Amino acid sequence: MSFLSRAAVPAWPLAAPADDGPGNPWFSWRYVHDNFGDILSALQFHAGLTARAVLIAMIVAVPLAVLAYWIRPLTGPILALSGILYTIPSLALLALLAPLVGTTTDTSVLIALVLYALLVVVRNSLAGLSQVPGEVRDAALGMGYGRFGRLWRIELPLAVPGIITGLRLATVSTVALVTVGGLIGQGGLGDMILGGFRNNYYKAEIMTASLLCVALALVLDLLLAGLGRLLTPWTRERRS
Amino acid sequence: MNYLQEGFVWLNDPLNWTNPDGLLDRLGEHLVITFWAVLLGCAVGWPLGVWLGHRGRGGAVITAANLTLAIPTLALLTILPLTPLGFGKPPVIVALAVFAVPPLLANAYTGLRQIDPETREAAKGMGLSGRQLLWRVELPLSVPYLAAGLRTAAVQVVATAALAALVNGGGLGEIISAGFGIGMSNGGGGQIVAGGIVVALLALLVEALLAIVQRLVTPRGLRPARRRRAAAVVSAG
Repeated sequence: MSFLSRAAVPAWPLAAPADDGPGNPWFSWRYVHDNFGDILSALQFHAGLTARAVLIAMIVAVPLAVLAYWIRPLTGPILALSGILYTIPSLALLALLAPLVGTTTDTSVLIALVLYALLVVVRNSLAGLSQVPGEVRDAALGMGYGRFGRLWRIELPLAVPGIITGLRLATVSTVALVTVGGLIGQGGLGDMILGGFRNNYYKAEIMTASLLCVALALVLDLLLAGLGRLLTPWTRERRS
Repeated sequence: MNYLQEGFVWLNDPLNWTNPDGLLDRLGEHLVITFWAVLLGCAVGWPLGVWLGHRGRGGAVITAANLTLAIPTLALLTILPLTPLGFGKPPVIVALAVFAVPPLLANAYTGLRQIDPETREAAKGMGLSGRQLLWRVELPLSVPYLAAGLRTAAVQVVATAALAALVNGGGLGEIISAGFGIGMSNGGGGQIVAGGIVVALLALLVEALLAIVQRLVTPRGLRPARRRRAAAVVSAG
């Protein structure tokens, strides 16, 4: 199938012929060239929305995880509540939020994204905190650390790998989820995907936006993985 | 304007349920799409996961399957109808099945790998062949994991099947999509909210039902251990 070879084009040299074949090709450098500004602004919107959603989710989720860690009886309810939120389909959540918040801004999409990212970050942060060895905690206690000092200096740093894992998973799924915002025209690259579909099945637009989505997810994932390595130098030393 | 109230008014109109392309028709479509997508996902994910787990290798395949997380559902839903699959239900079913495979695969694999090596040794010592080991020892012991994977996959498919409406693929999402078509102020708001409520309730219902199924198929002796471990698998996927 000829389109398959065209779909795998990222390594295609820029010197590809200006005429990308007849009809409706799956990828066209001419399309990318002619619509560079629009593509870039959609990508920026997409990345910005993802960053805001994950940041807010982190600011809410890490304290929630600490709360659940300190007060064990709260663990069940917090995980159950975020689990229920996670079960609600994205389209349904958007349908319930959009009439309430309005469809002219990206606020409803942002709220939905934060709610979905919450569960992943809370669960992994909690897992990270829970695996701090009991002896380490006892030693910190013996050295005279208070509850907050212990959290800040000992437990949170040791939980960083868990927190980063949660953020990575949340980021990758958020990048994919932003596209659903296309329902109300606030989906960044999702707007391009839907727009291409509605515009006589413009394959080049759909494929460009889809590839950029996957690329964005992978790049952000790698960035966070790198950040995790920087923040936890001790794990590297132990390995080598 | 109270959209929530409008939504309940919309749900209270029997015609909205029984009309052609009304709620009941859409619910039927939704369930048919979900059923075939999950079945297709199981047909691919389970044998592959069980085989990899039985052989004891294939971590790379699991990682590769998890990479599909990065592909937006919407992208596959729009791309597949433009391939030889054509428009209508088949591309939607295939797209949803693609996203059902990773949890099914990962849980099947983990289910077989978590079995105590000593159990396996004992079975081999009793003279069981590779096939007998798989059918009489490994598969029964990994049922809780297979069930956990099925639950995750089915809930996810029910939820994402709503997106099929964005590409005219049918299902309950059409109610929401049509509501936006009518326009927020022309009574569409109520329909959007009503659609949202129904889709959300369906997902929660499927989740609850499959949680019960998962509990029923789990042998009593495996129950407490399963809970902790299965949760870990889901969070990793």
